[in-house]
Amino acid sequence: MSDTPVTYVRTQMLDQQAPPTSEVGPVRWMRENLFSSPMNAILTILSLYVVYVVISHVGPWLVNGIWDADSLSECREIIAATGDGHHSAACFGVITARWHQLVFGYYPSELYWRPVLALVVFLVGIAPVMFPSLPRKLYIVTMAAPFLCFWLLWGGSIWFPIAIALGFGVGVVAHKLLDANVSSLAGMIGAILLPLIYWLYICGPLAGGLASIIPLGIEFVPSRSFGGFMLSIVIGLSAIVISLPLGILLALARRSDLFIIKTCAVVFIEVIRGIPLIVWLFTAQLLLNYFLPPGSSFDLTLRVIIMVTLFAAAYIAEVIRGGLAALPKGQYEGADSLGLNYWQSMQLIVLPQALKISIPGIVNTFIGLFKDTTLVVFIGLFDPLGIASAIRATTEWNGIYWELFLFIGIMFFISCFSMGRYSLYLEKKLQREHR
Amino acid sequence: MKKTVFFGALTAAGLAAGMASAATLDDVKARGSLNCGVTTGLVGFAAPNAEGEWEGFDVGVCRAVAAAIFGDPTAVEFVPTTGQTRFTALASGEIDLLARNTTWTMSRDVDLKFEFVGVNYYDGQGFLVPKALGVTSATELDGATVCIQTGTTTELNLADYFRVNGITYEPVPIETNAEGQQQYLAGACDVYTTDASGLAATRATFENPNDHVLLPEIISKEPLGPLVRHGDNEWADIARWTLNALITAEELGVTSENIEELAATPGNNPEVNRLLGTEGELGAMLGLEADWAKNAIMAGGNYGELFEDNIGENTAIALARGLNAQWTDNGLIYSPPFR
Repeated sequence: MSDTPVTYVRTQMLDQQAPPTSEVGPVRWMRENLFSSPMNAILTILSLYVVYVVISHVGPWLVNGIWDADSLSECREIIAATGDGHHSAACFGVITARWHQLVFGYYPSELYWRPVLALVVFLVGIAPVMFPSLPRKLYIVTMAAPFLCFWLLWGGSIWFPIAIALGFGVGVVAHKLLDANVSSLAGMIGAILLPLIYWLYICGPLAGGLASIIPLGIEFVPSRSFGGFMLSIVIGLSAIVISLPLGILLALARRSDLFIIKTCAVVFIEVIRGIPLIVWLFTAQLLLNYFLPPGSSFDLTLRVIIMVTLFAAAYIAEVIRGGLAALPKGQYEGADSLGLNYWQSMQLIVLPQALKISIPGIVNTFIGLFKDTTLVVFIGLFDPLGIASAIRATTEWNGIYWELFLFIGIMFFISCFSMGRYSLYLEKKLQREHR
Repeated sequence: MKKTVFFGALTAAGLAAGMASAATLDDVKARGSLNCGVTTGLVGFAAPNAEGEWEGFDVGVCRAVAAAIFGDPTAVEFVPTTGQTRFTALASGEIDLLARNTTWTMSRDVDLKFEFVGVNYYDGQGFLVPKALGVTSATELDGATVCIQTGTTTELNLADYFRVNGITYEPVPIETNAEGQQQYLAGACDVYTTDASGLAATRATFENPNDHVLLPEIISKEPLGPLVRHGDNEWADIARWTLNALITAEELGVTSENIEELAATPGNNPEVNRLLGTEGELGAMLGLEADWAKNAIMAGGNYGELFEDNIGENTAIALARGLNAQWTDNGLIYSPPFR
């Protein structure tokens, strides 16, 4: 039996067959995702048609765009001369002709390097905060960056930002001395009061005196010359950078056991948050003028930055309060049982965890804040949208819309999308549980 | 009660601001530049050019006043204002002069406590229609859809006009002029109505301006002029007589070309001599130099030159002089004599 060959059994393995074409590659993907049922097939075809219609209208308009024209009428002449009479081409000439205004506003053109350098300084300054792998020595740049950026943007005497920066030094020294020699409460109060007194009464004369001894400075540029994306970025970034620490302090104050501090924080947050940003901007523009002593022209852009910062701080405070509330009580108790004082427990145990939880919310607020900077157009500042209407108010470019809005939209998308991506990166990097 | 106290405090602060800056001329001289409120951008009247320099008909008034004071037409800080912020900016002292195609009305003059120093452009509300509609008069617009900016006097004027003529219309509310242009071109409305100068500027931007016509009817009075705060008559005088100097210069044939020659020596026409300071003490009466008017005229030319350069028939906006011709040419532009 064993020697009879079994003719119906293969003696060698067959080569592996390719799967049917309908089950692999793009065909399978399409069958599964696009045409899995008659209904889906109809929807797919409909969507493809819509996409085709949009592209066939917008595509040529974009691709045929005229990039070298000095006015809308010149642009139309070029289109009429080259086109098939359908007039379907964009006039991107407005962007090449006025891009420096869309980016820098009316900043003097020979000084464009200053805002660019300020942005570089800012990025270098913020790098060690954003990417912990960088050398710690970069924190020196971080501390100097706000004053350096201020000086580069507005110019003037270098002694003014230095004198302002000294105020923080005063605060640190006062805190160290009083904390060691008197009490920690006195250290806190001194760290707040002494710099304030210094800024109010000593800072100005000191800067003036130093400037008269060693006049060192660069050309002063008034805020009125700021505009375009530079203005949006200046307002947005200053508000972002200042509102985060302010928001953290407000959130802590709101959860504090000290009655007065808690009440102040609650009132501040609820009042600022309960009123639309545009109202605060009008307040900054219109009402403050009546209350300030006449002749003291407190810079409008600074007023706007302060208002936007306070507004953002109130929102950030609530976001962080959510993070603080999400921490199990055991974390607070654990910190206390280790014998840490309030600031140590916040700094070492509570805030790192609470901030990590709050990252999406914080970045969300920042993105909203950055886009809200376009609201300043209503108080007569030239943000990108204001510049667009100013461009439209010249005889050369009156009547141009989509090209400008498209450009502004793309610029904002790039900024906001990269903020969102960084937030995702940070979330992934800081993930500690559920791995 | 609290509200009353708040507004009381506000008024007191406002009054204090008004009193403290009573001598606007001194403030301006100390500052070294004139703060002039303009629009954030209106074709022909005020807009920054590619270099960021302000240009336009209203801007010309600002430059003339600056030149009258400092002899330098560039000694102006232009403060862009919106329709909402303009009056507060002037009342609070942020700007010294508002030249922002603002209609002179009684309530603005009296209730808001401003002083209109004259009229530099007589405007009025008009209608823009496509030629294809075949309409030659606004009275034929029965049942038409009309694009109109909400919350403006144009809306009220339109309602009045149609009611008086016993015809109906359907309003299409829009927010801004830019939106109005788009809606009108897209055919969302048969008629677009706003100030006639704005309609002319809008029409000039169309691809085929000749397919659209301005109807002959003007249904409202919109005298546009520069204004200052109540309470400083000397400052108002400077603004008023600078504007008058531009107007008189056109009437007397003094232009930016021949002014050097005319101002060099006293000529045969005594009024020209008084205007240009070669005779009399008119400049000193205002607290300015004797050649104040000469500088003002040299800043951008006389009234007629300003008009032609910025909004006149040779520009894209192509406005005819019409009501804004000199009184000698059957217009309304008229200056009291320089004597």
